[in-house]
Amino acid sequence: MASPVEQFKIKPIIPIEIGGIDISFTNSALFMVVSVALITVFLTHGVRSRAMVPGRWQSMAELSYEFVANMIRDNVGAEGRRYFPFIFALFMFVLFGNLIGMIPMTFTYTSHIIVTFALAFVVFLGVTVIGFARHGLHFFRFFFPHGAPILTAPILIPIELISYLSRPFSLAVRLFANMTVGHIILKVIAGFVVAMGVAGVVPLAFLAGVTVLEFGIAVLQAYVFTILSCIYLHDAIHMH
Amino acid sequence: MPQFDPTFFSPQLFWLAVTFIGLYVLMARVSIPRIGAVLEERQRRIDENLSKAAALKADTDAAIEVYERALAESRGKAQAMIKETVDRMAHEAENRQREVGARLAEQIKAGEARIEAAKAQALASVREVAADVARATVERITGQTPDEARLAEAVATAMEKR
Repeated sequence: MASPVEQFKIKPIIPIEIGGIDISFTNSALFMVVSVALITVFLTHGVRSRAMVPGRWQSMAELSYEFVANMIRDNVGAEGRRYFPFIFALFMFVLFGNLIGMIPMTFTYTSHIIVTFALAFVVFLGVTVIGFARHGLHFFRFFFPHGAPILTAPILIPIELISYLSRPFSLAVRLFANMTVGHIILKVIAGFVVAMGVAGVVPLAFLAGVTVLEFGIAVLQAYVFTILSCIYLHDAIHMH
Repeated sequence: MPQFDPTFFSPQLFWLAVTFIGLYVLMARVSIPRIGAVLEERQRRIDENLSKAAALKADTDAAIEVYERALAESRGKAQAMIKETVDRMAHEAENRQREVGARLAEQIKAGEARIEAAKAQALASVREVAADVARATVERITGQTPDEARLAEAVATAMEKR
C-alpha cells in the first residue's frame, strides 16, 4: 500500500527547462490551472444572466464577492478597496486549492510549503512596501508602540521585529500544516478501512466525520489566510 | 515528505506565479467588475424603488392632509349652520308665543266683560220679574193695585236677604 505522503508527490507532466531552471508543468501546476479555470467559470458563468433576483450560482458568486468585500471593509477600512482584487484572488485561490484537494485522486497545491510560503511572502512583501510607501521612515515606529517607556525599547523593538518577520512563516506554515495533516489523517484512516475488512465500517464512519471536518477546515483555513492578510494590510495602512 | 524536496521548488514557484497572476488579472478585469456591476445595479434599483415609495408616501400624506382639512372645514360650517338655524327657530317660537299669549289675554278680558254685562242684565230682569210676580200676587189676593214704590222696596229687601 502507498505511503500516506504519496499523495503529495509531484509528478512532472510536461518537462520544461529554461536557462538551466526546471519549470516543468507538473500535477501541482495542472491543479493550479484547473483551480483558476474553475474560479473564473464559477464567477463569470454564475452572473452571466445578471438577474435582479439571483439564482443558485449567481447567489454563491455574489456571496463570495461580498464575503471578501465585507472582510476588507471591516478589517482594513475604506483604503482597503484598492487591494480588493488581490485579496479576492488570494482567497479564491486558496479556497479552491483546499476544496479541490478534497476530491479523491486530486492534488492539493496548498499542502506544499513552497506554495503557501510564496503566497505568504508576497503578502508580507506587499504589506511592507505599502507601509513604507504610506508612512516612509515613520513606518519604523511600528516596531515601537506609542506610549511605551523609552527604557523598554531594547526589549520591545527586537520582539516586535521578530514577530513582524515571523508573519510570513506562521501564515505559510499554518495553511501548509493544516492541509498536509488533514490529508494524511484521511489517508491513514482510509488505510484502516481496507485493512480491517468487515470491521472497517467503524473507521469508515470515522472517516466520513473527518471528511466533513476537513471540508470545514478547507474553508476555514482559506478564511484565516485571507483575514490575516487583511489584518497585516490594516497594520501597514493605519500602523497600530 | 515530498514538500521538502527542493527539486520541485522552481517549477512550483514558476507555475504559481503564472497561475496566480493570471487569476489576479481575470478577477480584476472580468469577474469583479461583472459581479460588482450586478450588485450595484441591484442596489441602484432598490434605492430607486425606495425613493419612489417615499415620494408616493409623501403624496399620500399630502392628500390625507387636504382631505382632513376639508372635512374639518365642512364640519365647522355645518355646525355653524345648525346653530344659526336653532337660534332663529327659538327666536321665532318665542315671538309667536308672546303674540298668542297677548291675544288670549285680550280675548279673556273681553269674555269677562261680556259675562259681567250678562250677569248685571240678568240680575235686573230678575228684579223686574219679581216685582211683576209680587204685583200680580197682591192684585189677586187683595183685588187692588199696590203702590209701585212700596212694591219695589219690598222686592229689594227680599233680594237683599238672600
